[in-house]
Amino acid sequence: MLESFNFRIILEYLPMFLRGLWATGWISLIAFVGALAIGILACMARISRFRFFSALAVVYIEIIRSTPLLAQLYFFYFGLPSLGIRMTEHHTGILALSLNSGAYMAEIIRAGVQSVPLGQIEAGVAFGLNYFQRLRHIILPQAIGITIPPLLGQTIVLVKDTALLSLISVFELTRASQRLTSERFMPAEGFFTAAVFYLLLYYILKWLSAWWQKRLIHRQAR
Amino acid sequence: MAETADSSSGSVKNMWSYYFQKLLASVPLFLEGLWMTVLVSGLSLILGTLLGFCIGIARTSRFRLLRFFLSFYIDFMRGTPYLVQIFIVFFILPEWGLQLEAFSAAILSLTLYAGAYICEIVASGIEAVPTGQREAAIASGLNWFHRMRFIILPQAMRTILPPLVGQYVLLVKDSSIVSVIGLTDITRVGWLTVQRIPEGLMVFGLVGILYFCVCYPLIRISNWCERRLAVQDFQI
Repeated sequence: MLESFNFRIILEYLPMFLRGLWATGWISLIAFVGALAIGILACMARISRFRFFSALAVVYIEIIRSTPLLAQLYFFYFGLPSLGIRMTEHHTGILALSLNSGAYMAEIIRAGVQSVPLGQIEAGVAFGLNYFQRLRHIILPQAIGITIPPLLGQTIVLVKDTALLSLISVFELTRASQRLTSERFMPAEGFFTAAVFYLLLYYILKWLSAWWQKRLIHRQAR
Repeated sequence: MAETADSSSGSVKNMWSYYFQKLLASVPLFLEGLWMTVLVSGLSLILGTLLGFCIGIARTSRFRLLRFFLSFYIDFMRGTPYLVQIFIVFFILPEWGLQLEAFSAAILSLTLYAGAYICEIVASGIEAVPTGQREAAIASGLNWFHRMRFIILPQAMRTILPPLVGQYVLLVKDSSIVSVIGLTDITRVGWLTVQRIPEGLMVFGLVGILYFCVCYPLIRISNWCERRLAVQDFQI
């Protein structure tokens, strides 16, 4: 199988793949920032004392978690125009990705915040710290450390999910390999090259997560 | 002026109810799609669980070389999008002489994909069983198979079960991607319907509701398992 593998065609199409990698990268980055913002907001609503907000957050999180991203993507892609909202494919894709990952991140952040023992928060109240001081000095320093590895895990999922944007004709890595397939009819070269680039992103994120976890253990040991 | 606005809003409402009628008429199609989704994800769930348990046990074995090759497979499955994997199975295997129709390609790729995730769950479950248990089993003269069957797996199941059910939810959701190779599951039915009924919110709302009906009970079962099994801890 390897002797029929045409490396020259990959070299010829390499600039296109690099453009695809770049697109995957920036789409993931923007979607990550959006998802983090949505996740923090949804988590704050989820654990707030106001029933209305927490119910709203639960509905959002459960709906997102029990429907596939592809259905959500099509929902926005085909649905928004009928509401009279016109967006480019990129914007639709980033919106769907952020909303999707935001729900998962909300749960990850909630697990981190709730891992701080209640006694510490009560101690903070007893010291007369207000809500933001408690958040800033007691909860966040302890919660951020342990939420980073699962957040990076979710980021890996997010990067892989950007492949679905190729189905609404956004140009990124998978789309690049589809284009190579349709222009030269070489699916093996196209899809394996895309796979290698995805693996590259995957290993970088995995390595980051392992590095952070090692640091975390050292910090706890001190 | 007011009259035209009124009539236009009336016609919009008419269009909505017209499309809604058409959507109601095509509900049987959606149910067929639901059946296909359940069939594909159910079959690959069973096969993937078998594969995952086999690889998971192999991953905790002593054979270095086996573990080394397995880690390649697992990294490939976990590090590349499922969309790329299904394209590889559907478009590239024929070049290598293995012609698969859409259904078997979907089952094969979903099984391989789910197997890689389930194997990690199984491996971490086995590693969570205290070493004392394994040593006691060896001292009692149980052979490898009996050790696995009677000592290690029953205890590991406690750690394995909640994330395993969670993985099944992901599998049902990822099965939506098989629609791209032409299998008529719910997502594909939605995609075909939206060409006739240009009301994406309505059509994909229905698609979402159907997925919700399958996935939400599974999520609840997973949560229940977690609560139920978390109370009892290993007691030695």
